[in-house]
Amino acid sequence: MEKILVEIEHLKKAFGSKNVLMDINLRIKEGENLVVLGKSGSGKSVLIKCMVGLIEPDEGKISVLGKCIGDLKEDELNQVRKKIGFLFQSGALYDSMTVRENLEFPLRELKSKKEEKDQLVVEALQHVGLEEAIDKMPSELSGGMRKRVGLARTLILKPEIILYDEPTTGLDPITSKEISKLIIEIQKKHNTSSVIITHDVECARITGDRLVIIKEGECVAEGTFTELQSSKDEWVRSFFE
Amino acid sequence: MNPQPIVGPEAEKTPELKSPDNAASVFQPHSFPLYRFFLEVTLLTKFTARYFKEVLKPPYEFNELIRQCYLIGYKSFPLVSVTGFIMGLVLTIQSRPTLAEFGAESWLPAMVAVSIIREIGPVITALIFAGKVGSGIGAELASMKVTEQIDAMEVSGMNPFKYIVVTRIAAATIMLPALVVIADTISLYGAYIGVNLKGDVNVHLFLSQVFEKLAFIDVLPALIKTLFFGFSVGLIGCYKGYNSNKGTEGVGEAANASVVYASLMIFIIDMIAVQITSFMM
Ligand SMILES: Nc1ncnc2c1ncn2[C@@H]1O[C@H](COP(=O)(O)OP(=O)(O)O)[C@@H](O)[C@H]1O
Ligand SMILES: [Mg+2]
Repeated sequence: MEKILVEIEHLKKAFGSKNVLMDINLRIKEGENLVVLGKSGSGKSVLIKCMVGLIEPDEGKISVLGKCIGDLKEDELNQVRKKIGFLFQSGALYDSMTVRENLEFPLRELKSKKEEKDQLVVEALQHVGLEEAIDKMPSELSGGMRKRVGLARTLILKPEIILYDEPTTGLDPITSKEISKLIIEIQKKHNTSSVIITHDVECARITGDRLVIIKEGECVAEGTFTELQSSKDEWVRSFFE
Repeated sequence: MNPQPIVGPEAEKTPELKSPDNAASVFQPHSFPLYRFFLEVTLLTKFTARYFKEVLKPPYEFNELIRQCYLIGYKSFPLVSVTGFIMGLVLTIQSRPTLAEFGAESWLPAMVAVSIIREIGPVITALIFAGKVGSGIGAELASMKVTEQIDAMEVSGMNPFKYIVVTRIAAATIMLPALVVIADTISLYGAYIGVNLKGDVNVHLFLSQVFEKLAFIDVLPALIKTLFFGFSVGLIGCYKGYNSNKGTEGVGEAANASVVYASLMIFIIDMIAVQITSFMM
């Protein structure tokens, strides 16, 4: 039987009187790329932020790597978080640090030597093809480069699960495609599982093993790209036009 | 309506996601100013408690603390020096005619020194500090929040409160007293020049006149209150920035609110401090 890494049951979240997530049920299997599609504002970011405990759900159960996120103490939660990579929509690079310092930041608690850490940083940057940017400040990088550095920082702790929040939004089609391919490459190389949130159909086609569509706080459709593309539901099909 | 798969304000308009009632008909405690005031005070108190809890808990972020001391303290040095100098000079020039009327011109150095050290030095420097550092912290933290840098730190298993907030508040608390000492000194130099514009008092005479009238009770309470000034500038800047939740416009708002409330706090603390010192005297 396949191993389930993330299991979400009956997840509910409202902000004030605004119900964002109504009843989300999801499972992520080992080594799988799950794409979550949905309109802007449909609560996709809220969903993955719940998975890492950045947002506390109102109801429902989320278990990640066998641990129930809601029940963990701070230290335990931090241990789980170290096994999850999170690529933020804007890259979320630390403005006041160079690229090198950005990548060293997650390694701070690691008790290895300086040279070993340097080596890890260089490797991670090579992986995303940006070794030459190592001493630049984030403000000197383009949008695509920031995403890549963000990705390198996410990968540096070798996470078992990676959550991508709109990895290709705001990028030109060519860079988008490169990022999408990079996502596939990472999955192959490290056998990680990923959740990719997007409304970019091309990215979903390239990266997704399985797709889920969120509408009004619920999962309304699930399947492979070709299945959903030829769905009977007109609303679902309209995503792919 | 045709479904629009891509971005747009459409998403916000989905009727099912809206509250069932008109907002006006629902009881909304958030719209009462008094409620908001008490809510804010409660949250600020919690924030302060968290600071004291985390500041004592190892591991300590010494490197970041030093960096913040440099950014907060050292970088404010020129501004504080210039204003300090002008403060001393102007206060001396302004005070001379009044003292001359009473034939007490020889009291000029002592009087100016006491005003500077007791009140004007700490308060003006703290207000400038609030304007420069408080707004800077507020804006910086709010923009870190908007660009998800704080979230990113949190998901990498770090404690952003400790790394970002604790270091800044501690640095502000440490650096403001130091800046006030510098500002006071430069201010006295400004006063010395002010005295010599129309008179002839050499440095030795000036200093002996100053220190004759300056007691320990002038210096120590003045320095202690600057610790509190520095703490509140750091605290309010961090609180406003860290809890900013409104996207890009929140950045300006946080910067603005930091300066306004920190300045207000400085006057309130000053008022409390003067009560305590006069009670002790
Ligand atoms: N911290 C928050 N406080 C209040 N409302 C929020 C918060 N985070 C998200 N929302 C609301 O939840 C809805 C979904 O947001 P989000 O998950 O960012 O959408 P998207 O699917 O585009 O990623 C939005 O309408 C947003 O206003
Ligand atoms: Mg989003």
